[in-house]
Amino acid sequence: MAQAFVGRRYRRRVLVNRLMLVLTVLATVISLVPLVLIIFYVAQQGIGSLSIDFLTHTFRPISFGTTSTGGGVLHAIVGTVIIVGFSLLLAAPIGIMAGIYLAEYPGNTASTAIRFCVDVLSAMPSIVVGVTAYVLIVQRVKSFSGFAGSVALIVLMVPIITRTTEEILRLVPQTSREAAIALGAPKWRTTLTIVLPMALSGIATGVLLAFARAAGETAPLLVTVLGNNNLTYDLFGPMQALPLLAYRYTEQPYKVLNQQAWGAAFLLVVIVLGINILVRIFTRTRSPR
Amino acid sequence: MTATAANPNIQMPPAVDAHLVLDGLTIYYGSREAVARTDLAIPRKQVTAIIGPSGCGKSTLLRSLNRMHETVPGAHAAGRVLLDGANIYDPAVDPMNVRRRIGMVFQQPNPLRARTIAENVSIGLELDGIGRREKEAAVERALKRAALWDEVADRLDRPGTALSGGQQQRLCLARALAVEPELILMDEPASALDPIATLRIEELIRELMTEITIVIVTHNMQQAARVSDYTMFMNLNERGSGRVVEAGPTQMIFTAPKSKQTEDYITGRFG
Repeated sequence: MAQAFVGRRYRRRVLVNRLMLVLTVLATVISLVPLVLIIFYVAQQGIGSLSIDFLTHTFRPISFGTTSTGGGVLHAIVGTVIIVGFSLLLAAPIGIMAGIYLAEYPGNTASTAIRFCVDVLSAMPSIVVGVTAYVLIVQRVKSFSGFAGSVALIVLMVPIITRTTEEILRLVPQTSREAAIALGAPKWRTTLTIVLPMALSGIATGVLLAFARAAGETAPLLVTVLGNNNLTYDLFGPMQALPLLAYRYTEQPYKVLNQQAWGAAFLLVVIVLGINILVRIFTRTRSPR
Repeated sequence: MTATAANPNIQMPPAVDAHLVLDGLTIYYGSREAVARTDLAIPRKQVTAIIGPSGCGKSTLLRSLNRMHETVPGAHAAGRVLLDGANIYDPAVDPMNVRRRIGMVFQQPNPLRARTIAENVSIGLELDGIGRREKEAAVERALKRAALWDEVADRLDRPGTALSGGQQQRLCLARALAVEPELILMDEPASALDPIATLRIEELIRELMTEITIVIVTHNMQQAARVSDYTMFMNLNERGSGRVVEAGPTQMIFTAPKSKQTEDYITGRFG
């Protein structure tokens, strides 16, 4: 019966197959453990800090013997939105256009050189980028500023946006480009009306991921934005940002502030997670018909 | 034509009133010669087929006729291609303008994704900034010429990719026709289609040739025999480049080929 179909070393092949399956599942689980731990632990520690006060008030001075709550982190939320938003405003067009160039003119010397530079830049430690912004901007104008932090973040975001845009545009079939070229369409027209619309959701994904990455950066902000206990909308002065606040507050001798650091960390995780989920929804509904 | 003397097996009509004249055309990919020097004339308002085994440079030669091969990095050509006497390879000529006069239909139907049937046809007209009413008329005219109007008239706003393979290919033909080219190049337009859809395309080719010149690449010899007035047979030469071995009236190529290679190919001895 079934015995008739049993080939040589059948048992061994089945065993090896099972072993490999177990190994890959195990590796997947191991890689997911930190994610679960981080979300769980940060939520456990930080969720208690969340309150209307926490989200709508700025820092309130603490003195011993009082029961001050330390206020809220509104100034950090506003700072993060302004700093990262401004960065996005400049990084998105630069990154997208550079990505278009790399994808549509892939073979020439210039694009090979640019691609290499972009890769090097994306591997650059963020503190190095921050220190460079410090030397070039903060030292020159003799003032820490949200703007200097924005510039550092732009440098970190552009390579991410450039490379995702390039990869996505490469997926647009060559036959679609040929259809337009064979009609006598100029290159810019082909790119703008044929290639870009097909890649829109993918490009948006890259932009949002870069946004999420920049929102969580701490090191470059330490040396450029400095930190600020007051609510400010002035991009050209010291500001506060969520990751910065989380870092500063962990160094404070006050329990309430340590607790608020957890709250800020939790808020950051929620923002980054939210953006990632948004990306998923966006790419699912906006995929080509 | 002196160049024709170089290969006595090329017996195309005289270059005097030809639509397209290949004058010493040689095509390179980088430094590699892809198609060896070709001299011949392609007659006006006739169907000329290019046949030959896979990889012999049929598509490359075809794509060089409206400079589409230049989309491949490193591809370039030497010699001249005269469209009504004007060299399309003249340095002052922008290939965009060549492609407006010499349209193309590809092997795989390539309707534009996420675009409607009407948009697919009018995309070439948008480049000219043509008005809406004029555009609608042009879309209808092109779809009728491509024998697709009756099937899609009531759903012009549906995506082009929703059509069947054969319909998609006729949509691509309509797209090419909409800009009113004088010549259309077809790169194995029916090889991805079923026999019935293939027949429709072949009928269309015969109808269209009363108005425009058609050059068609096919690896299907019966198809070449059915649709074309003239046939060019290509094969690889000893250097590994594609070469036009023989060309002339289709009738002659299939019944009394001059070259042993042509005879072997059309009788199915290789290829």
